[in-house]
Amino acid sequence: MFESLSYLALQQYWWAIISLLGSILVFLLFVQGGQTLLYSLGKTETERTILVNALGRKWEFTFTTLVTFGGAFFASFPLFYSTSFGGAYWVWIAILFCFVIQAVAYEFRSKPNNIFGRRTFEVFLFINGALGTILLGTAVATFFTGSRFSVNLSNITRFSDPVISRWESPYGGLEAALNIHNLSLGLAVFFLARILSILYFINSVDHEDILIRAKKSLRRNTIPFLLTFLTFVIWLLIRKGFAVDPPSGIVSYEPFKYLHNLIQMPLVASLFLAGTLLVLYGIGKTLLTAGYSKGIWFTGFGTVMVVFSLFCLAGYNNTAYYPSVHDLQSSLTIVNSSSSRYTLVSMSYVSLLVPFVLAYIVYAWRSINRNKITAAEMQNETHVY
Amino acid sequence: MFENIDPSLVNWSRGQFALTAMYHWIFVPLTLGLSFIIALMETIYVRTGKEEWKKITKFWMTLFGINFAIGVATGIILEFEFGTNWSNYSWFVGDIFGAPLAIEGIMAFFLESTFIAVMFFGWNKVSKKFHLTSTWLVAFGASLSALWILVANAWMQDPVGMHFNPDTARNEMLDFWQVLFSPVAIHKFIHTITSGYVLASLFVVGICSWYILKKRELFLAKRSILVASVFGLISSLMLIYSGDGSARQLVHVQPMKFAAIEGLYNGQTGAGLVAIGIISSAPGDTNSRNVKDFSFLIEIPNFLSYMAYGEFDAFVPGVNDLVDGNLKYNLIPVSDKMERGKLARETLADLKSARDRGDTAQYALLNARFRDPDFINNFFRYFGYGFLDDPNQVIPNVPLAFYSFHIMVGLGFYFLLLLVLFLIGLYRNKLENRKFLLRLAIFTIPLAYLASQAGWIVAEMGRQPWVIQDLLPTMAAVSHIDATSVQVTFWLFAVLFSALLTAELSIMFKQIKIGSK
Repeated sequence: MFESLSYLALQQYWWAIISLLGSILVFLLFVQGGQTLLYSLGKTETERTILVNALGRKWEFTFTTLVTFGGAFFASFPLFYSTSFGGAYWVWIAILFCFVIQAVAYEFRSKPNNIFGRRTFEVFLFINGALGTILLGTAVATFFTGSRFSVNLSNITRFSDPVISRWESPYGGLEAALNIHNLSLGLAVFFLARILSILYFINSVDHEDILIRAKKSLRRNTIPFLLTFLTFVIWLLIRKGFAVDPPSGIVSYEPFKYLHNLIQMPLVASLFLAGTLLVLYGIGKTLLTAGYSKGIWFTGFGTVMVVFSLFCLAGYNNTAYYPSVHDLQSSLTIVNSSSSRYTLVSMSYVSLLVPFVLAYIVYAWRSINRNKITAAEMQNETHVY
Repeated sequence: MFENIDPSLVNWSRGQFALTAMYHWIFVPLTLGLSFIIALMETIYVRTGKEEWKKITKFWMTLFGINFAIGVATGIILEFEFGTNWSNYSWFVGDIFGAPLAIEGIMAFFLESTFIAVMFFGWNKVSKKFHLTSTWLVAFGASLSALWILVANAWMQDPVGMHFNPDTARNEMLDFWQVLFSPVAIHKFIHTITSGYVLASLFVVGICSWYILKKRELFLAKRSILVASVFGLISSLMLIYSGDGSARQLVHVQPMKFAAIEGLYNGQTGAGLVAIGIISSAPGDTNSRNVKDFSFLIEIPNFLSYMAYGEFDAFVPGVNDLVDGNLKYNLIPVSDKMERGKLARETLADLKSARDRGDTAQYALLNARFRDPDFINNFFRYFGYGFLDDPNQVIPNVPLAFYSFHIMVGLGFYFLLLLVLFLIGLYRNKLENRKFLLRLAIFTIPLAYLASQAGWIVAEMGRQPWVIQDLLPTMAAVSHIDATSVQVTFWLFAVLFSALLTAELSIMFKQIKIGSK
């Protein structure tokens, strides 16, 4: 089946898988967004417990998706793994720290003899929610704005200093956060995560005061989201991009590259526009219709479509998805950074499991979320975060 | 040696990986074993309908949850550290090593994370059977996750099913099934997961012993001991069997590690197995070889030869034979391997150079060498030796490997005996009177963790300096980052993980004191 595909088709297939995992990850960042709203939506201890437990039943999905996203990137495009993680050391370490402190926070927060106190773990959740989303968004933005690194595969033959990829900035990737364009995506992801979490709370929590505050908060977060998202998108469409000449593999700057990609890939353009409309529809309908609680599905699905299309813009249509502004020819493309044909074929068979995984996730999700979370449930439930 | 790679960077990077891996491994074995023990208990509850068993299941599930969370927290670092700290490694073997990591995520992590939510929150939301299925799926998910990461680790110890592609300057997978079903991987998987099962059984038995001594939770304690002891005993037997299999393979795939764990410096025919030994310095010791003499030794004659080759008079190579070579037994000196590795590296450099200057004839000629079995078996297989500048670099820390191995093995047999004694005590209904045994079980919990950590020290420290056996040493695998950054993150992880472990222990002890109420 997959054996009959060309090497390029396999590389494109795996970029689609990475894009799908990345876009599902952004949707699942609603957990992180919600963690930054515990004190603004929950004014009493019971209300905060309801919110924490609503998120706590889903945090592992986000965590697992992040880990799988990393693993899939490693398996399919190992040169990215080697170059980005080994170079932008501090950015990735900071992101990992944010997720380490999150993983224990839910389980430890309300347990007796928790030596650091409930508040400490709530601070951990806030740091993960705020810094984790902004840094992830900023890191992904470098797919369009570039980073300072060089790659030379011949280095492996050198007795002294055989490292093939090196970061050419002394700040270990932290310099990306000083780029306004990168930051605009980081902040857009942050506000989007908050919006998604509000829609999730509206969908899964049954508590009048929380819902009233949630609607107000939705309005407050939509405006900065739109501002930062539009800033990122408009800037993206007018900036020069990193084009690849397919026969030679030579990378060069191309004005309006991402706008060209959008025009030359109408399916991606449709996906992007439809996704954006769905995101706005979910928010608008929730704001304007009393008692409406299904906004999360429209905005969530829209988010997946928009992020997926952004990944497509970065990697397809002869574009370098991880460009180097230090040495253009070191830029990574889906062709020069991928695994071997054999590995991609083998992994493609494994990818057939994804629909089954999605199916049992949906089944289990529905089983647990059949009834909305209430204050009474928090008192009767034996396992409470 | 490496002018541009700071040796302290390599050491700090190794230190950071060891620190994070050892912290992670504090929590993983309990997750592996306790998940099955809980699933067994819940099965009894569903089959008998007795509420007491539900109460027992929920009690252990609470402890499981506390341990699981911190296991997850410490685990995410490891996956990404292959990139952050070992970037050259990530490219050189990422084509093979990345696949198990991705499969682990898709197959196992989602299974665990999806059904763990049902396991904790589904008691009143889903049917009994669906809940029980979820609990079993969490247990299988945990062991499935272990399978893939252990396959990846086994491949580092015994790289099979691949070839070197000179164009991409990396190793590429040729046979997925050979990677998955390599004998080293199979033994490693069985040995590692059963070690987790035994640790979890001892954890349950130890805590229940405390309850019995305190005359509390007697029903829970006796029933839990029964389940854990039977599960632990079966696992112990599999643990010992797979450990024996691992050792037999070791002498073939990692003979230096085998020599190190036995403290065998000079090869012998009819070599004896050191049952107990104390290593100390002697005037004639060569410090550069990590070689120390035994000041005290109890040996089982000829048994090492038998363990390694199934023959009592077989020759087992020692550290010195492996470094200096031994003509009689066809052992090549490391200095020779270094020359061969250097030639393989220079051939690759010439190939790159021919390609860059457009010399297609020379390029084709050199490229063909990397497909020539003679070149692969006699030169490229020693590629990693080309990065060494002293033959003694291939010797791991012998005392550390020796003691770790003997602690692990000794404790392994002790655990088996302890579990048998508990089952006898239960059978005769005299457990409450056996205070010494109960106290011993409590003190055995930390010993189980010690044995578990010692096992990984044998596996990882015993194979130094190799990241990929014979192909890539640590100093050629590291990322191009400054040592100070790694020092800072080392201490950050050390402080953070220590703080979290302290919190975890505090919460765990409290939950045990609270009991099943």
